[in-house]
Amino acid sequence: MNNLFILLLVPIVSAIVLCFVKNAGIAKWLALAASLLEIGLSVPFLCAFTPDASVQFEQGWTWIASLGIQFHIGIDGISLPLVLLTNGLVPLIVLSSFGKSYKGNFFALVSFMQAGLLLVFMALDGFTFYVGWEAALIPIYFICALWGGGDRIRINLKFFIYTFFGSLLMLVALVFLYNQGDTRSLEWDTLVALQLPESTQRWIFWAFFLAFAIKIPIFPFHTWQPDTYTHAPAAGTMLLAGIMLKMGVYGLIRWLLPIAPFGVLAYSNVIMVLCVIGIVYASVIAFKQQDAKRLVAYSSIAHVGLISAGVISWHEEGLQGAIIQMVNHGLSVVGLFFIIDILQERTGSRNLSDLGGLAHRMPRLAAMFLIILMGAVGLPLTNGFIGEFLLLKGLFDYNLWYAAVGGLTLILGAVYMLRFYQKAMLGPSQERYIVADIRGHEVAVLAVIVFFTLFLGVWPMAVLHLSEASVTNLLNQIKF
Amino acid sequence: MGAIITLCILGILLLYLGLFKMNKALLPVALVGLLVALGFTLSAWNTDAAPLYNGMVVFDRYALSFSALCIVVTALILLLSKEYFRNISEHIAEYYCLIIFSLTGALLVNAYHNFAMLFVGIEIMSVALYILVGIRKSDFASNEAALKYFLMGAFSTGFLLFGITLMYGASGTFDLGALRNYVTSAETVSPLFYGGVLLMLCGLCFKVGVAPFHFWTPDVYDGAPILITSFMSTVVKIASFVGFLRLFSTALVPLDAFWTPVLLTIVIITLFVGNASALLQSSFKRMMAYSSISHAGYMLFAIVVIGENSVPSIFVYATAYALASVIAFAALILVKRMSGSDQFESFNGLAKRAPWLAFALTIAMLSLAGIPLTAGFIGKFMMFNNVMGSYNVTLLVLAAINAAVAVYYYLHVVVCMYFKNAEGAHAGHTTMMPAPINYKVVLGVAAVLTIVLGVYPDLLLVLFGG
Repeated sequence: MNNLFILLLVPIVSAIVLCFVKNAGIAKWLALAASLLEIGLSVPFLCAFTPDASVQFEQGWTWIASLGIQFHIGIDGISLPLVLLTNGLVPLIVLSSFGKSYKGNFFALVSFMQAGLLLVFMALDGFTFYVGWEAALIPIYFICALWGGGDRIRINLKFFIYTFFGSLLMLVALVFLYNQGDTRSLEWDTLVALQLPESTQRWIFWAFFLAFAIKIPIFPFHTWQPDTYTHAPAAGTMLLAGIMLKMGVYGLIRWLLPIAPFGVLAYSNVIMVLCVIGIVYASVIAFKQQDAKRLVAYSSIAHVGLISAGVISWHEEGLQGAIIQMVNHGLSVVGLFFIIDILQERTGSRNLSDLGGLAHRMPRLAAMFLIILMGAVGLPLTNGFIGEFLLLKGLFDYNLWYAAVGGLTLILGAVYMLRFYQKAMLGPSQERYIVADIRGHEVAVLAVIVFFTLFLGVWPMAVLHLSEASVTNLLNQIKF
Repeated sequence: MGAIITLCILGILLLYLGLFKMNKALLPVALVGLLVALGFTLSAWNTDAAPLYNGMVVFDRYALSFSALCIVVTALILLLSKEYFRNISEHIAEYYCLIIFSLTGALLVNAYHNFAMLFVGIEIMSVALYILVGIRKSDFASNEAALKYFLMGAFSTGFLLFGITLMYGASGTFDLGALRNYVTSAETVSPLFYGGVLLMLCGLCFKVGVAPFHFWTPDVYDGAPILITSFMSTVVKIASFVGFLRLFSTALVPLDAFWTPVLLTIVIITLFVGNASALLQSSFKRMMAYSSISHAGYMLFAIVVIGENSVPSIFVYATAYALASVIAFAALILVKRMSGSDQFESFNGLAKRAPWLAFALTIAMLSLAGIPLTAGFIGKFMMFNNVMGSYNVTLLVLAAINAAVAVYYYLHVVVCMYFKNAEGAHAGHTTMMPAPINYKVVLGVAAVLTIVLGVYPDLLLVLFGG
């Protein structure tokens, strides 16, 4: 069963089948079954994975023989957590849409996007990576623009063109790299071994970095993000924030660091300043938000700012922290966006001034909300703590002052998140709401997230030991 | 050669069928004839190509591959014509016959080895088109387009002839092989020859419709009947590019220091003019016309950085572009039949009324925009790769900016189909007139080919050796 291609095939096949399912009831169960099959199929890979630095379960075929392009996939310690995160979150996202009446085409797009995301996380060839990168963008564009709200057409066109422009710059860099070296190839190994001159690495850095920074998004390339997150359907926001932005961070680790180390060295201060500005700026804006969804969107900018800073810090702790924090952030934003969706569905509003006192009426939600929130804030014994701790350690090793300012994220995060909780769940009860507590699929989704929030908080080594050897190896591999 | 003779006979045969009022037989006979011509083309594949008839034409793999592409695209377009021509004119046989004659000219341009044949080929191709563009005799726009096209065509032919004359004056030959010898062996290339190259360049740029010689394109494409537009923007454009590329790759490579800067300027102007104008259009047909200008700019990259990869990349690009254009124009015909307009608004809500049509058109637009997993991406990748091989990054970044701009207008129609609802007169129609079977076949074949070539481009690339 160690055929990695199966993991790509299952979502593609399920996407094709789901295209033809008109009945909403059948479609959601079919999509759930397919996504559960997918996570089931991922388990053997986790069991068979040996946590050393090697790339495992490799598969490669010649794709375009005359251009020397390979279809090459494989998993190492850095990609495995993200593959598992993707396959783990998709069933939750599908399950969270059970209350809606989406037809097969919605779930088909979700499945297709899953395939694209997996391709990005598994790719060991630049061409394969780029194909996955774009293949993930098309479905999410349709999901957000078809089922979104607000000024969905304009907002999503901006999102699409912005990110597409970034990826074109990456394509320019890839085409450039393809033409270097003796044999034309986009294999990861070949590209890393290129040893480009320093001046070349500097612009290669920007071409890749812009593509990734727009996707993540890092301040000041974040302008598409709040609108897109806010007006996307709940499942779309979860896909965007939970999984898709990890593509960018993963790209930084997998492609940017080893290919353009001199570029990173030359500009890490600039990037670090951008990340730190992003952390504080987004946190302050999040504090002023009345719209809960927008609040979490801005909080996401702050969190990924810290993650990117950890990557750029170029220390083992920073990179390890980035990997575990990607998993943590994926879990917590999916939980938070789902809770916001539940609140909006029950009360008809996600505006903080309309909410309040819901804890009495929805005790189960209140309890789970609190745990997930604590995870997002980074309280010890929840998953967020270890991630933020490692990231700040990496930042500290890089430069004390960045760590000091970046560390504000812990305080500011607690401030805006607790304000969110307080305004939504506590305070005087709004009598006009007649709301029922969460049940059925809602409990299931949140319970899984709560479980992993606590599990990874207590035993973060579950993720860290997978990636440790690969991260060390990556840092050793980078040559000057 | 068999293909060209077949097509000539086919054209005359179609005229006789029209004379005897056998209108039902026109399409099948035309398709069978095209199939035979395709067979002749492919059967010559493995023979050693040498210039035939005193060096007039040469059927090398380069000519054969593009001839096959032109024939296949013509067949797809003719398949769409079944009911289309009957509605706009009673002279159906003339339609078929003129398209076949134009195709014959295109094949000659693909295979010329002597300037005389280039001129004859371009004229056969164009004269048939002058009539086709104006075939809706009572329609003002169609007449205007025909007149414009004729004047501009005559004008550019003039340039071409002047260029040929000057080059002949300097070298004393029309033959491409002899020209190459002249350029490589002469101690000093005569200034007359340089003048000739420039004039040829202008003439050919007129024919392929790149800026600043593009002003006829939007009006002519807009005024002509949709099927003729699709024929012009695919077969005729591809053939003109092939002629362009053949001249420069066979004879003029040693002079590249002279013409590359000129062509480079033209490419950059074309990309920006084509894209910027396409952004502003409110009519789908006009948008396609301007987008064809910007695609011509991308295809010119292959000539600017002439090399061994030029032919495969222009072939892949042209195939992707032709398939996407056929889908786009077929969809436009169906939409226009229902709404009577070719504005973007008439596509509103198409996804609900005709989901498969909307899906096929989406694939075509993504391919034109160059999104991975469609044939258009492979074409774009190869073009970018060509440029990177010999030029600097700045040019590529300019191309990338243009590609990002292009996404806006290609997605415009997708936005209309999927995210907007039909208003006004068409709001009541929940279903569209079902597409005739021939449209389904063409749309299906073209869409599937676009995806297949996008996923597995080696199908085409093996033609040129790995």
